[in-house]
Amino acid sequence: MTSVAAPAARHEPAALRQVALIARRSVSRTFRQPELVIPVILFPLILLAVNAAGLQSVTRLPGFPTDSYINFAIVVCFVQGALFASITAGTELASDIQKGFLDRLSLTPARRWTVLVGATFGGTSVSIVGTLVYLGVGLIFGVHIEAGVLGAVVLVALAVYIALAFAGIGAWLAIQTGSPEAVQGMFPLLFVLFFLSTMNLPADFIEKDWFRSIAQANPISFLIDGMRGLILDGWDAGTLLPCIAVATAILVLFFGLASRGLRKRVTRT
Amino acid sequence: MRGGGWQVAIAVLRRTVIHTYKNPAIIIPSLAFPLVFLLAFAGGLSAVSNVPGFTFAAGYTAFQFVFVFLQMAAFGGIFTGYRLAEDYESGFARRLMLGAPRRLGIIVGYLLAGLVRFAFIGVLLWALALLTGMDVKGSLLDIVGLVALGALINVACSLWTIGLAFRYQSVDIGSFMQTPVFVLLFLAPVYVPLALLTGWLKGAASVNPLTLIIDAGRGFISGDPTKVLYAFAASIAIGGLMWIWATRQMKRAEAGVG
Repeated sequence: MTSVAAPAARHEPAALRQVALIARRSVSRTFRQPELVIPVILFPLILLAVNAAGLQSVTRLPGFPTDSYINFAIVVCFVQGALFASITAGTELASDIQKGFLDRLSLTPARRWTVLVGATFGGTSVSIVGTLVYLGVGLIFGVHIEAGVLGAVVLVALAVYIALAFAGIGAWLAIQTGSPEAVQGMFPLLFVLFFLSTMNLPADFIEKDWFRSIAQANPISFLIDGMRGLILDGWDAGTLLPCIAVATAILVLFFGLASRGLRKRVTRT
Repeated sequence: MRGGGWQVAIAVLRRTVIHTYKNPAIIIPSLAFPLVFLLAFAGGLSAVSNVPGFTFAAGYTAFQFVFVFLQMAAFGGIFTGYRLAEDYESGFARRLMLGAPRRLGIIVGYLLAGLVRFAFIGVLLWALALLTGMDVKGSLLDIVGLVALGALINVACSLWTIGLAFRYQSVDIGSFMQTPVFVLLFLAPVYVPLALLTGWLKGAASVNPLTLIIDAGRGFISGDPTKVLYAFAASIAIGGLMWIWATRQMKRAEAGVG
């Protein structure tokens, strides 16, 4: 902790060091609790396995973009893993708030954003592990990435970036509620966003107009479609750039809100 | 139940209902899940009914409604156990264990609270489905059969999570409460009938007891009851096993093990 309190904290390398120190604690704390890690990695894989087998028959619909549903569905794992990890990150941060760790940390010169990114990094790191597992499993089961090896690298980078952005949602929820139970209670509401997206079918195949409109406006659809494009179509700036833009917007918005909330919370304390 | 068991059950039920009434936000997740699943599956996946070989008399909305209704029943049960775990964390459950003259009443009380939640959300789900034009071809008796299957699933899942809550006495076990139920539900024919499934999922769905229950439910809503006896037998058997599990975990908690 002495390093966190050092005067050099105003320099960027020192800020990164602050992140690293707080993140190390968060990562080791998270990975010591298998009940926080295993579901995050397993659950999206289970859903992938079920959806890939259960919805394989829709590839028989004329014009469906692939003849293997797992090619279509694999990216949903990445975004789901990021969402689950955001809840883990938020729960851990809320637990830190409850136990007074964040109050003690706020007495040091550590910047707010370094505290938030560091304290939520346990969840983000679970998502990073998950991303590699999902990709490995996908490749074993025949996923073909049209954008090639570089596309696979970009896919992983995007998944990690989205996980970091979603950790901001977890951080914001934790700062707002200060309760791990309340953060976990928000999970279903975040989860439903997936089901109102293009996760199961392309927008063109959604028959109900109202559903298609919601799905097309849903930020999750942009994330899914951007990554899916790398697998099904190769390099497509038309889906990739909106994906990056949406992830950046989520990251800036929610870490910004969380940082503001943290300032207020510290002031109250 | 003798020796004041029913009084304990009614007291637990009353407390849980009042707590939910005073904190309506806690019912939002168990309400939001089925409503969104219904919208997402029935609305977003309606093109699935165009897959060659898909036939269901009452249409895709009704096909999906049965799954979502039974899923709601199951998840209502999960929230019941979660409530007990929260009561353990607040210290209330320990005091209840000390004060209850007949502790089986605690289990029955939480079960009844789960059934009240199931009834409340079930009414809203039916209303939404009917308002959005779901076609119901079954008779009133068929619908009673479907609701009874839902109630049995709710009881079985409540007992599963009550047992976990007694054993671990912490909400940290929440993920383990949900995951097996979720897996079993999705190893059934969710999106298409069993006949259209392929590969490993078809094998898994063929031996999954929930397939019988979901198929029977779909038979009820389409006015063509099928596998009814098997479905009720499976539901009661699962409920019986879960009762043994929950009561054993309660006895373990009574003994202060773990």
